[in-house]
Amino acid sequence: MNLVNFRFETDADGIATLTWDMPERSMNVITPQVMEELNQVVDKVASDEAIKGCVIVSGKEAFSGGADLTMLQGLRDLYVKLAKEQGEQIAMQRFFDESRKLSLLYRKLETCGKPFAAAIHGVCLGGAFELALSCQLRVVSDDASTRVGLPEIKVGLFPGAGGTQRVSRLMQTGDALQMMFKGDQIKALPARNSGLVHAVLPRDQIVAAAKEWLKTNPQAKQPWEDPKFKLPSNKVHSPAGMQIWPPASAIYRRETNDNYPAARAILSAVYEGLQLPMDLALKVESRYFAKILRTKEAASMIRSLFVSMQELNKGARRPADVPASKLKKVGVVGAGFMGAGIAYVTANAGIEVVLVDRDIEAAEKGKAYSHKLVTDQITKGRAKTADRDALLGRIKASADYADLKGCDLIVEAVFEDPKVKAEVIAKVEAVVGPKTIFGSNTSTLPITGLAEHSERPKNFIGIHFFSPVEKMLLVEIIMAKKTGKKALAMALDFVRAIKKTPIVVNDVRGFYANRCVGNYIREGHLMLMEGVPPAMIEAAGKQAGMPVGPLSLNDEVAVDLAYKVLKATKAQLGEASVDPAQEKLLNEMVEKHGRLGRKNRKGFYDYPEAGPKRLWPGLAELTKNKLEPELIDMEELKHRLLVTQALEAAKTYEEGVVTDPREADVGSIIGFGFAPYSGGTLSYIDNMGAAAFVKLCESLAKKHGERFKPNRLLKRMAKTGDTFYGAAEKKAAA
Amino acid sequence: MADAFIYDHVRTPRGKGKADGSLHEVTAIELGTQTLRAIKDRNNLDPKLVEDVVYGCVDPVGEAGADIARTVALKAGYGKEVPGVQINRFCASGLDAVNLAAAQVMSGQKEMTIGGGVESMSRIGMGASGFGIAVDPSVAIDTYFMPQGVSADLIATKYGFSRDDVDAYAVRSHKRAAKAWEEGRFKNSVIPVTDVNGLIILDRDETIRPATDMQALAALKASFVQMGEMGGFDAVATAAHPDVEFVNHVHHAGNSSGIVDGAAAVLVGSKKAGKAAGLKPRARIKAFATTGSDLALMLTGPVDVTELVLKKAGMTPKDIDLFELNEAFSSVVLRYQQAFDIDDAVLNVNGGAIAMGHPLGATGAMILGTVLDELERTNKQTALVTLCVAVGMGVATIIERV
Repeated sequence: MNLVNFRFETDADGIATLTWDMPERSMNVITPQVMEELNQVVDKVASDEAIKGCVIVSGKEAFSGGADLTMLQGLRDLYVKLAKEQGEQIAMQRFFDESRKLSLLYRKLETCGKPFAAAIHGVCLGGAFELALSCQLRVVSDDASTRVGLPEIKVGLFPGAGGTQRVSRLMQTGDALQMMFKGDQIKALPARNSGLVHAVLPRDQIVAAAKEWLKTNPQAKQPWEDPKFKLPSNKVHSPAGMQIWPPASAIYRRETNDNYPAARAILSAVYEGLQLPMDLALKVESRYFAKILRTKEAASMIRSLFVSMQELNKGARRPADVPASKLKKVGVVGAGFMGAGIAYVTANAGIEVVLVDRDIEAAEKGKAYSHKLVTDQITKGRAKTADRDALLGRIKASADYADLKGCDLIVEAVFEDPKVKAEVIAKVEAVVGPKTIFGSNTSTLPITGLAEHSERPKNFIGIHFFSPVEKMLLVEIIMAKKTGKKALAMALDFVRAIKKTPIVVNDVRGFYANRCVGNYIREGHLMLMEGVPPAMIEAAGKQAGMPVGPLSLNDEVAVDLAYKVLKATKAQLGEASVDPAQEKLLNEMVEKHGRLGRKNRKGFYDYPEAGPKRLWPGLAELTKNKLEPELIDMEELKHRLLVTQALEAAKTYEEGVVTDPREADVGSIIGFGFAPYSGGTLSYIDNMGAAAFVKLCESLAKKHGERFKPNRLLKRMAKTGDTFYGAAEKKAAA
Repeated sequence: MADAFIYDHVRTPRGKGKADGSLHEVTAIELGTQTLRAIKDRNNLDPKLVEDVVYGCVDPVGEAGADIARTVALKAGYGKEVPGVQINRFCASGLDAVNLAAAQVMSGQKEMTIGGGVESMSRIGMGASGFGIAVDPSVAIDTYFMPQGVSADLIATKYGFSRDDVDAYAVRSHKRAAKAWEEGRFKNSVIPVTDVNGLIILDRDETIRPATDMQALAALKASFVQMGEMGGFDAVATAAHPDVEFVNHVHHAGNSSGIVDGAAAVLVGSKKAGKAAGLKPRARIKAFATTGSDLALMLTGPVDVTELVLKKAGMTPKDIDLFELNEAFSSVVLRYQQAFDIDDAVLNVNGGAIAMGHPLGATGAMILGTVLDELERTNKQTALVTLCVAVGMGVATIIERV
């Protein structure tokens, strides 16, 4: 055997150990070469009479993260190329054969006549866990880092190397479906309790235990090889099946709004597969896998949620020539809701925090928020009291700016008032050294304007968090005119340290995320004033793939805030900058009816003490217009809600607010939940094609107003056939 | 085109569809046989004149499997020459069986046929024959499959019927059915089910509760809350009908059709065939129609199919003296009544399946007979019979006395 990625040795008892340890990689990953070598190993184990069985173990700190997603993208490219050169039929057959190679390899391993065992420590996910599932024994370490799971769904794929069939033969059907729908990573004990693995042992015993088992069970077979094997949830077509399957389809719709073909494929692959013997079941799974692998949803999600996200997290936008900053101490000024959240995530990353507010009570109150958050973790069993003590020990609450001395970075999160901010800037700069970077957390004020109050504008940058800080993954880094690259580098290093994803944007009113999401809310407002029943507006938002409807979202961020922003916009940019229908709606909601949102339990919804929120019946009185539900085109409502955001993203791109399609896409998904299946705002346009998107915008503009008019950039792209990603690639190559 | 006439019809009483129901001891084959035998015996019919027996049966498995129509024809002594075919269009199967029996006569291919149906829900169980469209995700998702009760609740929510509305309708069904029995309105058509010795096993519908009232029904919990919430079906309902913010669950066992055992048969023939057999026609089958309708509402097919069959017959709702709509759920009837603005006095005048039960494959033939008896009793002319059907379909037939 000629092995590069594995070591293979056989002990005196005839038990082979296959150690997966890929050179020059920190994590094992399934590549074509890995598959080829594993194939050799299976042949060797099967044919060598001296070998009784084989245990697979990793030579690294973790088992493996699964398949190389770029390999799958490569397969897709191969298909497109072949289809052009040799026709659809040949391309499809070749693609099908290629895309099921891993599945066939695992099946070969499973049925080669000698037993395999997987000894798992650390993460073992996706294709790697599917490898483990095809082994007759799975032993995992009891280490806290050990996790198994099939997270393919998160990038628009599904387990296509036997995962759907083996998991649904090990677990109750409902549990198996849920596990694959959610894509959760499962810890050792729950994995054993649900039957996914056989034993949990200390790390140093897993290999020995696996070997011992192989020695005593040389004839071991998978349970489904037994002719008397019974499915965990009985037959599909049975009274039990009637309790499982119709709800499974309903829950699929509830959770996905039928926007995720991969989740749908899981259902069908399991449903059909459970009615077939294993070899055929795997073939059916492969058929669905080949289909899903070619969907635009999978391609877009892999690109945005895996590749781009990883690149941004690794610092794609970081100036390479600035050495990594060592963040030891961060000052947070303003201990309100945002400041308190920023203090928590910073301390949670092991960084010392000085949390400053006007008086010590306010500062302590901000610190108490961290106490609450860790306490919640403790009650859920996710943290220990000692963790809370350590974290709180890293936060110093103070009313004295002098305590900020020695901070590497200051994050200011005080009231959104230029005067207040100017005072804070002066007070901070009076005590910190010349190298300290000043980050301002503002969602509405231009950073360049604030930087004018700074004596060190090169060190001044915007760091825009989203609320609630501890939950939201996105941070917008805003470059003011004079912001220097050291400030940018430190801001990015900070975001990386607190495990969030940054996008770097230029300083234009509203920046990026809030402009897009503001449009989403406005479109909901306008629909309401047109007479669309509010329930339909909300349903359209969710069916389009947004996490909540526009009216719900406005209730969450507060209706009076939306009104305040609208008034401010009008004051600064003039009468024409706001929509009169929206203004009338917000004015009546806030001034006349005191409906401020969830915060006072009265917004577009009522929030009763008990029971779920319900749309406020008074909404019907806000407009005289009434549209007949059966005559409303839901598809058009969905288009309006997404197009208004995507178009705004295209405008920010043209204006140079966002400069990288990856940032626009990733930012839109993790910042405001823009239809993840689309890959993000700009992928949405790219997937539709600029020409079709422009056409759609124009027809919406004709029907619903100028706000849908496409910008110049899009019109040009429609003519040239360019895409955002295509143009960005060209630019990068040039 | 030839005319098809109804010469006679019979039905069994409906027995509670559980192990403690009176007809549980009777096989589905025996149940179907007794109605067929009654048609033959009380009309002194030479069974060889019958050229086909079409029987509806929704779960044709186990003892009801393997073409129960041919089976019961043989057991009822019709002789080896008389063929039979079992059909299934869910809840409308019994009416469809009569329509198909009539169609063969109207087309001139046959002279005399029998349509009917049988269902022993206590012995076989609803859904026993499988339910591919509900279970297979590749169709269940796209067709917005929901349990019927959730669809019925969606209808109530969408068209504005409260819990009180649907309960009040159920009370009315029981009162009307009880009164009809009291006055003997069913006596000419209901045949007692007997044992091998001729002893009566059941001679009266078993599930009517004349004393039921709003208070008694108010005590019942809505049946489909958990299915709607935990099972995800409320989300399916509102996805299909986004103008509905949430589903108001109002149906329960007391305002939904009962699960029962029963059978029915209708003798159909041409004018010529009737004459040859010495029989007098009682009504003409004027028109019938079938259609598909909204999948999520599922049970509003009667509205669509009524529009269709009236159009075929060149009639308007005003031309119909009596409407007979299967009481699958209260909201189904209330929505139908709302759509055509039908007076209480001409709709389901002798109660329906909420009081007396709904033996799936047989009901359509049963209520066709019920309304014909009522036309005769009140000396009216025209009736429209219709049923809602699973997976969003509707079947309707217009009959007129001759």
